[in-house]
Amino acid sequence: MHEGFLQAAYVGAGVLFILSLGGLSNQESAKRAIWYGMAGMALAMLSTALSPGIGNFPAIGAMILIGAVIGVIVAMRVEMTGMPQLIAALHSFVGLAAVFIGINAELALMSLSTQTSDVGLTGFAIKLAEKSGPEITVLKIEVLLGIFVGAITFTGSVIAFGKLAGKIGSRPRKLPGGHYWNSLALIGCAGLGAFYLSGGGVTAIVLVAVLAGLIGWHLIMGIGGADMPVVVSMLNSYSGWAAAAIGFTLGNDLLIMTGALVGSSGAILSYIMCRAMNRNFVSVILGGFGGAGEASADAAGEQVSIDAEGVAAAIENADSIIFVPGYGMAVAQAQGPISELTQRLRDAGKSVRFAIHPVAGRLPGHMNVLLAEARVPYDIVLEMDEINQDFPNTDVTIVVGSNDIVNPEAQENPNSPIAGMPVLEVWKSKQVFISKRGQGTGYSGIENPLFYRDNARMLFGDAKASINQLLTLLE
Amino acid sequence: MKLGAPKEIGEGELRVALTPESAKKLKKLGFRCAIESGAGQAAGFPDGSYSDLGVEVCGSATELWQTTDLVLKVLPPTITELDLLTSSHTLISFFWPGQNTDLLEKACQTGATILAMDMVPRISRAQKLDALSSMANISGYRAVLEAGNNFGRFFAGQVTAAGKVPPAKVLVIGAGVAGLSAIGTAVSLGALVRAFDVRPEVAEQIQSMGAEFLFLDFDEDGSGSGGYAKPSSPEFRKKQLELFRNQAPELDIVITTALIPGADAPKLWLKDMVEAMKPGSVVVDLAAERGGNCEVTVPNSRVVTENGVAVIGYTDFPSRMSSQSSSLYATNILNLVAELTPEKNGSPVLDLDDDVLRGVTVAHAGQIMFPPPAPKVPAIKHPPLVPDRKPTREELLAAEAARFRRSTKIQISMLVAGAAFMLLAGYFTPPSFMQHFVVFLLSCFIGFQVIWNVSHSLHTPLMSVTNAISGIIVVGALLQIGSNAPIVYVLSAISILIATINIVGGFLVTRRMLAMFQKS
Repeated sequence: MHEGFLQAAYVGAGVLFILSLGGLSNQESAKRAIWYGMAGMALAMLSTALSPGIGNFPAIGAMILIGAVIGVIVAMRVEMTGMPQLIAALHSFVGLAAVFIGINAELALMSLSTQTSDVGLTGFAIKLAEKSGPEITVLKIEVLLGIFVGAITFTGSVIAFGKLAGKIGSRPRKLPGGHYWNSLALIGCAGLGAFYLSGGGVTAIVLVAVLAGLIGWHLIMGIGGADMPVVVSMLNSYSGWAAAAIGFTLGNDLLIMTGALVGSSGAILSYIMCRAMNRNFVSVILGGFGGAGEASADAAGEQVSIDAEGVAAAIENADSIIFVPGYGMAVAQAQGPISELTQRLRDAGKSVRFAIHPVAGRLPGHMNVLLAEARVPYDIVLEMDEINQDFPNTDVTIVVGSNDIVNPEAQENPNSPIAGMPVLEVWKSKQVFISKRGQGTGYSGIENPLFYRDNARMLFGDAKASINQLLTLLE
Repeated sequence: MKLGAPKEIGEGELRVALTPESAKKLKKLGFRCAIESGAGQAAGFPDGSYSDLGVEVCGSATELWQTTDLVLKVLPPTITELDLLTSSHTLISFFWPGQNTDLLEKACQTGATILAMDMVPRISRAQKLDALSSMANISGYRAVLEAGNNFGRFFAGQVTAAGKVPPAKVLVIGAGVAGLSAIGTAVSLGALVRAFDVRPEVAEQIQSMGAEFLFLDFDEDGSGSGGYAKPSSPEFRKKQLELFRNQAPELDIVITTALIPGADAPKLWLKDMVEAMKPGSVVVDLAAERGGNCEVTVPNSRVVTENGVAVIGYTDFPSRMSSQSSSLYATNILNLVAELTPEKNGSPVLDLDDDVLRGVTVAHAGQIMFPPPAPKVPAIKHPPLVPDRKPTREELLAAEAARFRRSTKIQISMLVAGAAFMLLAGYFTPPSFMQHFVVFLLSCFIGFQVIWNVSHSLHTPLMSVTNAISGIIVVGALLQIGSNAPIVYVLSAISILIATINIVGGFLVTRRMLAMFQKS
């Protein structure tokens, strides 16, 4: 394919990618936008494969075929509760590919310096041969960045996958010495990078990749389960930046552009997640919740428990009901029964809505996907800012498996570790029922005075079993 | 152990301390229950409703007292009942030990254990036994109904074919449990309700009930200990009365509920205010038992002033709703008995180290236990509430202009910094790099613009689709796989494989997710 055609195809692919992201602004246009994304990707891959200097078509075909089959199987099999781990796993692939391509670029560069003529060069090497001295230096920096970010993304995503899939304990764990090791590894990377720029060769960048990988591993090991939304969106961002860095290395504008789009998308998601926890990005990434803070005097009293009959009676008398789902709902797989309950209550003419906190679950938007899968219509699933002012007019609020995101401490106790975090004001509704496994605290480990309020009742037990019980009672 | 409730012998008392519902639950705690014949009749619980549940019906009070160990009552024991009280008895009832010192003395001499329902400490844990609140709630509700009974007009404003009816204007003084209950009832009948309280922190509760809080611009907090009010200073009182005096002419109904623990009810609705009210207006004084908030009040009766204002000083509001008040009171008692028998084995244990149980115990083993020491747990305390002043239009505009200026400043300085950075980069780096760098920056810019518009509910599909798109790295691997070096070949082949998984998996799973989002 002519080089000019290739560039034109790249512009087309870029526009299609932008449209596919822009289409996500609402549920209906998103369904069309996804096709734009696929078309863009097909265009990009085809035109690249047909461009001059590409060889080994049988290998390309075989790899793409195998990859596509695996991709289809994974996409069809994955449970919606397993989305966080799938996304983390996919991030690691991008990271690993970036490392490999970076190393390849360096290998091509080396083979170039040993060769005297341009004869026999293919694809990427032809481009390299045209580069001047300063351009080569810039190229080497790009290779370094690509490999560094790629390696962090790879190991970080693998650990995030392990934690989300429950294969590694989700408690934060760090080596003794904590972040000193990270700083040390970072200094090591910088040293090796300098060595590489002054001619250290492939060994130097492989070592950079290993050290960066260790940073990624150690960093994510130190972050606890409920901070995963931030981690996953951060890794999302990194995978984009890694792709962009590789794009620079290869002088490929489409890669640069797509990488930048993905990178900024992840960055914005991380920002939204951090703001929803009222914490800054650095403190989340460096792990651990701030000081223990002061317990509130308000927590004195006792949690009054209630049985399913009591909740059922309250629901029957209520006109407006809001569910507040959290990670506990996903763990208990309670979304199915909740959807059925919703359906039944709506048929009885009651207003039923869902309030979603931005960091509920283990992935941005996780709850929305779970509820959508359980066939809860998306127009009754509202985000925090849309529904918070409606709680005072709500008869019954049912909190299913969330804790910190409904903690009144955040607004009332300035000394609390979560002070200032935006929370769902469930305590303002006339009655609150909290479906919870036991009397434990949430992720932040702080006491939740909501449970001691006069209008709050605890429905202890597995969320799914509790909701099923409600279903039979409301028949 | 056997417990039982005799028929109340106090004059006009219709309540009963044991209902069929509470008896059922008491049996679960391991108790045998008995009731004096006819005790529940006036509250709507005939003997049959008890005996159906296996509650023993005793023919006489004497029989009941002699066969039971735990006696449940509403009113304090009378002299005749004291004769039946022995050292083996535990008596649970209202007692008012502060006012009834003689009675307490006599009751104590019998050696019986006496638990006073009016002495439940005001801590969160004890709320479910707080009979005073239960009764106050009923009083507040009933007060509005009594007022309506004496008031010749609608509560709600109406426009009818026969003319326009203005809504009744109601003032509730004191927003304790009774006050709030009165507010809620009056609001739901459609009246325009205002309320006043010396404790500014209740303003939010008043507003949440749908009434207007009359705010007194005076720097004094009338909150005493235990969530009750304390006496106010003379200056404060003067201002407060002035406020009421201004209100009096336009009010139709005034309900006063102001009480201060251990003191006579403060006089808040003076004679001249009653005189200033329109004929046909009603004052309901819920503090009548303690002398009344209104100067005109005569306890236990209804008086009509010369200018036609009815002043109601009944003291038996809960008893006027005996069925409701009995069931709430019986539940309060049930909860106290449950506290006494944590083992649920029907044998109560009086743990005097427990704040709640120590608080209610006024006599035990011949010792007077009143007053109790201060509870270890502090009472419920709310942060003071400052009324939010609405900013004026000018202030809003000024704030908006300031915000606008600030964001302009930030934007311009970022643009300048960005331009400077680009110029520097352009000076030091080769042109081929700059070309790509511009693409990079513009793409970041587009990314930021586009992503902010993504709906929060689609963040998971956003992540999976960006995942798929970042599989574009496959292009890099495609460009390299043509190499003749075997290691480059292998590495790029692996890269193509995993990037393809990414692309296909990412897109398909996103499509699957998006298809699930259905509108109702």
